[in-house]
Amino acid sequence: MSENKKGRFGIHGGQYIPETLMNAVIELEEAYERIGKSPEFKKELSELFNDYAGRPSRLYFAKKMTEDLGGAKIYLKREDLNHTGAHKINNVLGQALLAKKMGKTRLIAETGAGQHGVATATAAALMGMECVVFMGEEDTKRQALNVYRMRLLGAEVVPVKTGTATLKDAVSEAMREWTRRIDDTHYCLGSVMGPHPFPTIVRDFQAVISEEIKTQIMEKEGRLPDAVLACVGGGSNAIGTFYHFIEDKDVRLIGCEAAGRGVDTFETAATIATGREGIFHGMKSYFCQDEFGQIAPVYSISAGLDYPGIGPEHAYLHDTGRAEYVAITDEEAVQAFEYLAKTEGIIPAIESAHAIAHARKIAPQMGKNQIIVVTVSGRGDKDCAAIARYRGEEGIHE
Amino acid sequence: MSKISQAFKNGKAFIPFITCGDPDLETTKKCVLEMVKAGADLVELGIPFSDPTAEGPVIQEANERALKAGTTTDKIFEFVKDLRKETDVPMVFMTYANVVFSYGSERFMKNCKESGIDGVILPDLPYEEKDEFLPVCHEYGIDLISLIAPTSRDRIAMIAKEAEGFIYLVSSLGVTGMRSEITTDLDSIVKLIRENSSVPCAIGFGISKPEQAAKMAAISDGAIVGSAIIKLINEDKDTAPERVGEYVKQMKAAVVAKTE
Repeated sequence: MSENKKGRFGIHGGQYIPETLMNAVIELEEAYERIGKSPEFKKELSELFNDYAGRPSRLYFAKKMTEDLGGAKIYLKREDLNHTGAHKINNVLGQALLAKKMGKTRLIAETGAGQHGVATATAAALMGMECVVFMGEEDTKRQALNVYRMRLLGAEVVPVKTGTATLKDAVSEAMREWTRRIDDTHYCLGSVMGPHPFPTIVRDFQAVISEEIKTQIMEKEGRLPDAVLACVGGGSNAIGTFYHFIEDKDVRLIGCEAAGRGVDTFETAATIATGREGIFHGMKSYFCQDEFGQIAPVYSISAGLDYPGIGPEHAYLHDTGRAEYVAITDEEAVQAFEYLAKTEGIIPAIESAHAIAHARKIAPQMGKNQIIVVTVSGRGDKDCAAIARYRGEEGIHE
Repeated sequence: MSKISQAFKNGKAFIPFITCGDPDLETTKKCVLEMVKAGADLVELGIPFSDPTAEGPVIQEANERALKAGTTTDKIFEFVKDLRKETDVPMVFMTYANVVFSYGSERFMKNCKESGIDGVILPDLPYEEKDEFLPVCHEYGIDLISLIAPTSRDRIAMIAKEAEGFIYLVSSLGVTGMRSEITTDLDSIVKLIRENSSVPCAIGFGISKPEQAAKMAAISDGAIVGSAIIKLINEDKDTAPERVGEYVKQMKAAVVAKTE
């Protein structure tokens, strides 16, 4: 829809990668067109989605939250109920199945919070493939439970010590590893970022989220929502939530970025709010960077949103004004994390809590006849120890 | 003939790489001048980048040290201008697309021309994206160097046909850094390049020893060495210029010997 054939979304996107990788991404693009779009592949993936990952995920009417906020009706798209506990499995099952059909025997991946790493390790176990996950050393500490899960699933976890030892460094290291070993290895990129065709492929696999929302909300309400909300790091659950609503101009698309300690501080990861146009990790998009183009050491309490860039399709949706992007601070996200737990009995991932936080802001200002859908991209078990620490409670182990 | 091609006109070329500002620009300057004295035919100057995705650990760390020392693109342009007063050796920048893009490609290439840079190597700019910078490179007479990799296969002819300055042939899969042996069938790649281009071709990635350089130069037009030099500098900055000069002399001798 919005991308042209060279993988451009407006001026964003492209393929800014070393020559060593060019034939690999060309091969991937061809395989995706030939195999990934075939009816047989779609059927097989759909079976995996339903029987293995537990799709369709529920669209839950959050009655208590709606009453408490006193405005728009709030529905939660429960991606946290998927197998492995997040939306990441949608993309991973698609890519792993494609890689397998391409004859690849080894998956590599980057991970921030660990959810994409866990999902990749899961798919690798399921499909009998080797798996190596690159994770910033800082994140291996913040998300020790997910490190254990990946190892339990048979994956090797490589702590990345370079740079800020977080998600961006994990992406860089996974790219380096891919240039070392291409023939048998597929780089299972976890978000709608990187060089073409990744932003398109990942979006297509995540688009199941908005496809389901559309059907489910029509069943429940007989009409489309007024707004859909999702958190944005690279932006995969957000693009999945937006995609089938892009043409429905009356539906507001709202992406919630991580402001960290605030967009007026250096400790932020809000790319749209504080970044500018750049070229990095294979794509042209917005990036947090200094005046000489050095990528900024971003910060967020959420390891999954702690990334200095945003996917090219989001950059385009921002440029055209089709989607809005707001920034949510650590404190607001933590409050929303606690709020959803107490109000609805749902502990969201701290990433998803950024979207919940914004829903808390806008719902009271909307009419009771209006509808908001918030994607709960993942479950929050992995975050409990870190949030307890944030609140000054010591001694809680992962 | 561009100034870069002249670097190859006296037989096989030896091309050292150095990260500007590692550990400081004063040391970089001394090292470059020693390298030229020792016979370097073309010098690759690295502008440090925060996230150098094509580099191995040695050059990654050099980038970090240089940035920590406060090296910026502006300071490097001043440094090159200064360096140009003392040498006329062809010099190219090696950096990442965002460093150029963020600076403003027009402003960047204009400054390259004014300070005396002859070409630019951007490892994250493949053939498909080169129009991002090519028009403005040509406007200021800067060669945009093309890279060819062991995985390029059917892309070699296409890339070689439009190459300018010299062709940077990547010896092996993976990132920069020293390797004990290079196993790629480089002969057949060079043959394909020669069939499609008259631009000189130099081989880089993984070369550190004189015998490797000699072997690479024998099948191409020159050898490029980075990590081994960075390592020498990092051992002790005060004696670095002298030791780097000595190393370049050995390497140049090895590269030339094979042609005779």
